[in-house]
Amino acid sequence: MSTGLEPVDGDLEGSEADLASLIGDRALERDDHVNAPGFVIRPDDVQDVLFDLRDRAGFDYLSCVTAQQYEDRYESIYHLKKYDDPTQEVSVVVPTSTDNPVSQTAEPVYRAADWAERENFDLVGIDYEGHPDPRRILLPETWQGHPLSLDYNQEKPQMVTLAEHANPLKGDTKDTETDTMFLNIGPHHPATHGVLHVKAVLDGETVVDVDPDIGYLHRCEEQMCQQGTYRHQIMPYPDRWDYVSAGLLNEWAYARAVEDLADIEVPEYAQVIRTLGAELCRIAAHMLALGTFCLDVFGDFNAVFQYAFRDREVVQDILEDLTGQRLMFNYFRLGGVAWDLPEPREDFFEKTRDFLDGLPRKISEYEDLVVTNEIFQIRCVDTGILKPEVAKSYGATGPTARGSGIDMDLRRDDPYGYYENLDWDVITEDGMDNYSRVLVRMGEVEESAKIIEQCIDLLEDWPEDDREIQSNVPRTLKPDADTEVYRGVEAAKGELGIYIRSDGTDKPGRFKIRSPCFHNLSTLPVMTQGEYIADLIASLGSLDIVLGEVDR
Amino acid sequence: MSNEPTQQIYDSTAPSTEDRDARMGQGVDARMNSKLREAFGASPFILTKFDQFMNWVRGSSMFMLQFGIACCSIEMIHSYAIKHDMDRFGAGVPRASPRQADVIIVPGTIVSKFGPRMKRVYDQMPEPKFVVGMGSCTISGGPFQEGYNVVKGAEEIIPVDIHVPGCPPRPEALIYGVAKLQERIANGESSPVVVKPYELEQFGDLPQDELVQKLADQIDEDDLVMRYNWSDSP
Repeated sequence: MSTGLEPVDGDLEGSEADLASLIGDRALERDDHVNAPGFVIRPDDVQDVLFDLRDRAGFDYLSCVTAQQYEDRYESIYHLKKYDDPTQEVSVVVPTSTDNPVSQTAEPVYRAADWAERENFDLVGIDYEGHPDPRRILLPETWQGHPLSLDYNQEKPQMVTLAEHANPLKGDTKDTETDTMFLNIGPHHPATHGVLHVKAVLDGETVVDVDPDIGYLHRCEEQMCQQGTYRHQIMPYPDRWDYVSAGLLNEWAYARAVEDLADIEVPEYAQVIRTLGAELCRIAAHMLALGTFCLDVFGDFNAVFQYAFRDREVVQDILEDLTGQRLMFNYFRLGGVAWDLPEPREDFFEKTRDFLDGLPRKISEYEDLVVTNEIFQIRCVDTGILKPEVAKSYGATGPTARGSGIDMDLRRDDPYGYYENLDWDVITEDGMDNYSRVLVRMGEVEESAKIIEQCIDLLEDWPEDDREIQSNVPRTLKPDADTEVYRGVEAAKGELGIYIRSDGTDKPGRFKIRSPCFHNLSTLPVMTQGEYIADLIASLGSLDIVLGEVDR
Repeated sequence: MSNEPTQQIYDSTAPSTEDRDARMGQGVDARMNSKLREAFGASPFILTKFDQFMNWVRGSSMFMLQFGIACCSIEMIHSYAIKHDMDRFGAGVPRASPRQADVIIVPGTIVSKFGPRMKRVYDQMPEPKFVVGMGSCTISGGPFQEGYNVVKGAEEIIPVDIHVPGCPPRPEALIYGVAKLQERIANGESSPVVVKPYELEQFGDLPQDELVQKLADQIDEDDLVMRYNWSDSP
């Protein structure tokens, strides 16, 4: 039986010529992107081509679906990758006409396309034929127009309903005979980690159906980035996507995409500082994940929560020394970082080392309190099962995927920064349950500490006359028109990808964010159907979503 | 004991400290007899206006609503947690239900879909209630002000007593804001509750314009709706 973990047996290698012959006549023309070869196909060939690419060439990971409107057409782009080797990429470009923007859905091939295409319909206005659930996803059902289409008028009034929900005592699943109950969780609820609304149908205490309703924090991040200039105006926004101190990881996603787009070099010294800062952020983010998860399964403001926040305070202090901010760092620049390490450098190193020296003791404390705790194990072991093949189909990444045994980490598999020169391991667990996901995060904290330690050693010995923190970047950056790039980095929650199309000006023509939380959250119904309602809360907590990133 | 009754009566009414000592008991227990108690002396009463007393009580024991929206809520949690510990100021018990809370900190960007829900949560809180707007987004929409979906400040929907600027404000700033709110409450001040630009209305009550007619078959007459007139927003 397939476990979903062995590599897909394609009869083709991923080389460009192979792909071209696989797609054959169905490719109308080539539209290569900076990161991958691109093939333009007809809107009614989508499933055909994607099935071939998945089953014969092994592209089992639908990373992102971008939609955009040009003057003369709409366009959907399917960014495909492989879980085994994320550097092998291919883009499938599907243009549709302006008058009748209808394209075949990719949902039967990749479940990840379900939510992604709903989002594209919502924001850009492309209809996906055959989509099982063609509703808006981020904006309210009563919204008029598609805000990222070219003719959208932002000044027009809009109406939002506060719908009274169905009578909770009345059965309202399809079968009128069943004795089910409808339950709203959120959007204001302490266990939803923000403003998430979960519509749950219960049979007794068992979850029959779950429908996450998102969009309560849709802050138009893509529009904001499309209005900003590359050089300085966009960088503050990534901090606010995944806002649990993971700012530098997000900034790196933007920096990496533009640096590849405009061919900007980053000095090695700056890469080491970036790596150091990013891993500090990862520790802070995972600490919050652990603390709030314990809040969910133990209830109330308990000891673990307070301990986790104690440790976050220390990390935030260090990051404040480095960047000048506690939470919204705005520290990376295109081609480097904003400034060098704080003076006196020895104090900074000492402070960081103190933190790292204290960390093993703290981690063993967490192990006593959490991992080996019997109550915690009863709540988490074998609940919220996410099978690897399901996780892959939904495009899950990060600790969520690694907790299901999928060995993918972009820091190792698609190296950037200084990671490939450092000695660290990717943590995976085979449990597929809530417990495994917690173990992965705790393991990653230790690995991050290892990385930080090596970065400090490097920075301490770095020759003083070679401390270049930024390369020479033009004051006004104008990448060539119609260059397209999609680049991902390993953020705290998984692959955070950015697609940018330049239009020759100093602002992006299209800026699309591939959010890891968005795709991880879409696995929630699979994980929780048939389980107890209490396990739904635990599963939601173990996914570690941040609504700022889900909704963008 | 004296055989002279007058003397007995005279002794009993003497303004002595014996009664107080008797009441305070032998060997003053430092835990029970505070400085305040000592200052009150034999008559442990003070005279104050009931209003003033109630305001002092309100300010000194605030139940906050556990209400996380966006980035600012992370700093808000830090204000409650270890190190900053807002409980020191009598304002550190986050309540999960709006029905048990009297202060709501609005920590983040309000978008169109969340506006009606926030209004509902605010309406569910018992009077008297107070609002602290945390961060730039609750003042004007902050960095997302130009967004097609962003409400230009919490004050468009609910009255706000204290604005704490910052993106996000540090925990110290939030605590300062809460302390200022306590000061205002103790002085009996609060923001006037006025009709806001965006109110929850029944769909049937709205003037029949283009948008209402377009949505007429989607929304019931008695459904509550919030209508955003973006062009009138600041």
